[in-house]
Amino acid sequence: MIYLGAFYAYPLYRNLDLSLRSYTVRSFVHGGAPFAGLDNYRTVFADPTFWPALTRTVVFTVVCLAFQFSIGMALALFFRRHFPLSATLRAVFLVPWLLPLIVSASSWSWMLNSESGVVNAALRALGAGPVNWLTDPRWALVSVIIANIWIGIPFNLVVLYSGLQAVPPEIHEAAALDGASGWQRFRWVTFPLLRPVSAITILLGLVYTLKVFDIIWIMTRGGPADASTTLATWSYRLGFGSLLPRFGPGAAVGNLLIVMALVCGLVYIRVQRGQAR
Amino acid sequence: MRNSSISRRAAGCALFAVALTALAGGCSDAGPPSSGASAQEFTIWDPYPQFDNSSDWVKLLTKCGTDAGVTVKRTGFDTTDLTTKALLAAQQGNSPDVLIVDNPVVSTLAEAGVLTTTDDTKVDTATIEPNLLAAGQLDGKTYGVPIGANTLALYYNKKVLDAAKVDPTTIKDWASLTAALAKVKAVGKKGITFSAIGTEEGSFQFLPWFWGSGAGLTQLDSPQAVSALTLWTDWLKNGYAPNSVINNTQTTSWQEFASGAYAFAENGTWQLANAKKTGFEYGIIPIPSSTGGTAPAPTGGEFVTAPVRDDTGRYATSAKLIACLTSSDNAYTTDTTLSYIAATDAVQGKQVAANPDLKVWVDAVKAAKGRTSDNLGTKYPKISEPLWGAFQAALSGGKSPQDALKAAQTTAAASTK
Repeated sequence: MIYLGAFYAYPLYRNLDLSLRSYTVRSFVHGGAPFAGLDNYRTVFADPTFWPALTRTVVFTVVCLAFQFSIGMALALFFRRHFPLSATLRAVFLVPWLLPLIVSASSWSWMLNSESGVVNAALRALGAGPVNWLTDPRWALVSVIIANIWIGIPFNLVVLYSGLQAVPPEIHEAAALDGASGWQRFRWVTFPLLRPVSAITILLGLVYTLKVFDIIWIMTRGGPADASTTLATWSYRLGFGSLLPRFGPGAAVGNLLIVMALVCGLVYIRVQRGQAR
Repeated sequence: MRNSSISRRAAGCALFAVALTALAGGCSDAGPPSSGASAQEFTIWDPYPQFDNSSDWVKLLTKCGTDAGVTVKRTGFDTTDLTTKALLAAQQGNSPDVLIVDNPVVSTLAEAGVLTTTDDTKVDTATIEPNLLAAGQLDGKTYGVPIGANTLALYYNKKVLDAAKVDPTTIKDWASLTAALAKVKAVGKKGITFSAIGTEEGSFQFLPWFWGSGAGLTQLDSPQAVSALTLWTDWLKNGYAPNSVINNTQTTSWQEFASGAYAFAENGTWQLANAKKTGFEYGIIPIPSSTGGTAPAPTGGEFVTAPVRDDTGRYATSAKLIACLTSSDNAYTTDTTLSYIAATDAVQGKQVAANPDLKVWVDAVKAAKGRTSDNLGTKYPKISEPLWGAFQAALSGGKSPQDALKAAQTTAAASTK
């Protein structure tokens, strides 16, 4: 209980308090910041950065989840068929997960560099023109999405693979005897049985993806000119990214993210209950 | 409370010392380091984590402590962490005795009431160059002493310029610089690299051009400002500068230059040591202003400050430590270690005498200008952020320089009201 209080409840309370007061650097140090009610939230909502950042957060999260999940599922199904080297290959697929984020994000940033990146070199070899992956407003978000999908696949693969292990092979055999094709077996047998595992994978992925910060910050700093700014990077920029910290609005954006994750969690519980009944 | 515990510890220390006189040299490090209240121990925070205990810098700190009769407990932080750390420490009442911070942060910390003025601590600032000291001044008060300064200039690759038949001494204004870039491109080499990333680092690199056009930070959309941004965007459009500058930090921009393919790089004093390692012949020219002459570049480098403490009796010793770090002899050592230009005329002269290559840097520092100067103080961050948004938008093709700066001026004006 003490642990919960000290490391979860108190920081949450402080963050809420921070977002409801009008802090300047002076009152942050000396106390006495006036209570401002929802002023910080109003500031945030009225900021021209807010709606685009929210849209980008939603696009980032949905696209990442969709690709991570479907690629993870495809790989999990693929690896269920035991074949030589399957264990080794599976281990290789885990590498993105094991690398520290700063390493993977920096590597992506190098690979996608418009001048000297290997991706543009490959495009040139194929006869296509170079793409300014990180510096073109139309591509920056796509680039960070690609990097994040790559990082998220192993997690989906591992969880879905272990979920698949729990599906009894007899059911498959029975379905095969009944004349179900491969796709039909997946659609009507495997997928429904995997639903609880899939749901928790997606929920965890969602919470994780909503708050993705490091990858974007390292690759583009949210730029160029906000083109890849999500709520998470915006919150950081408000609180720590400039010489003059704006703790109030920064905390407000952070709280909005928590609320978004919470709502999704509640939806999940709701759906679970509905299925149990 | 605090005093009694100190005297008790001091008494215990004395007893302990009596018992162990023959064995131990002293008792100064007997207290737990976290206490920070030991009368003998003075804390110093600096943004130079690259220096460990065997470095000249830490040796100097230790020596200054010994001269002032105290032991020094030094911690090196990452520059970006230090502002937050200093604010949090002040909030909890355990600020260090001496804090060395990046110059544009001084006004933020001063605004927060974290720093003492040089009047409080009786630190002498008479010999410091006024344009450098200005970055630490707010409303007529001075909040620290520059330990040294660095700034920006243009490095050039001699081989590339020779191949393009460009004489670097003829580059005096923007027109001649752009003409040189065109010649470099014509022989198949790359022109210039800089950092236009969407952070303070990008603003730092844009300011020499911005100020060199005659623009001022209170009017971001003046015709002069637009001309500065147009210079940058045209370089990108014409292929004189790579598109990667939009995402370049000063370090990645330097790596591009170090590859040997570029004619010019806008970078700082701190790259001098690396420049010698590139393996090609290089030179340095000041950044030209639009119509000729050296453009004012922003000053970089740290200030030595004394944060506010409950126990004002400690200020006298803190002042001694600060004076020791910034005194002529030591400033020479420090600035050589840090690859900085000194903040006083006398030491600058000594540096040039020892290394004539530094002349161009000394001139650049003399022409330089603090970002928070002109009494902008904490308004500067609120101007700098829209400014970097503007050049990012214009360079990435999202907006014209005119529109981008206009939007930035609207934002800056609204937040600095």
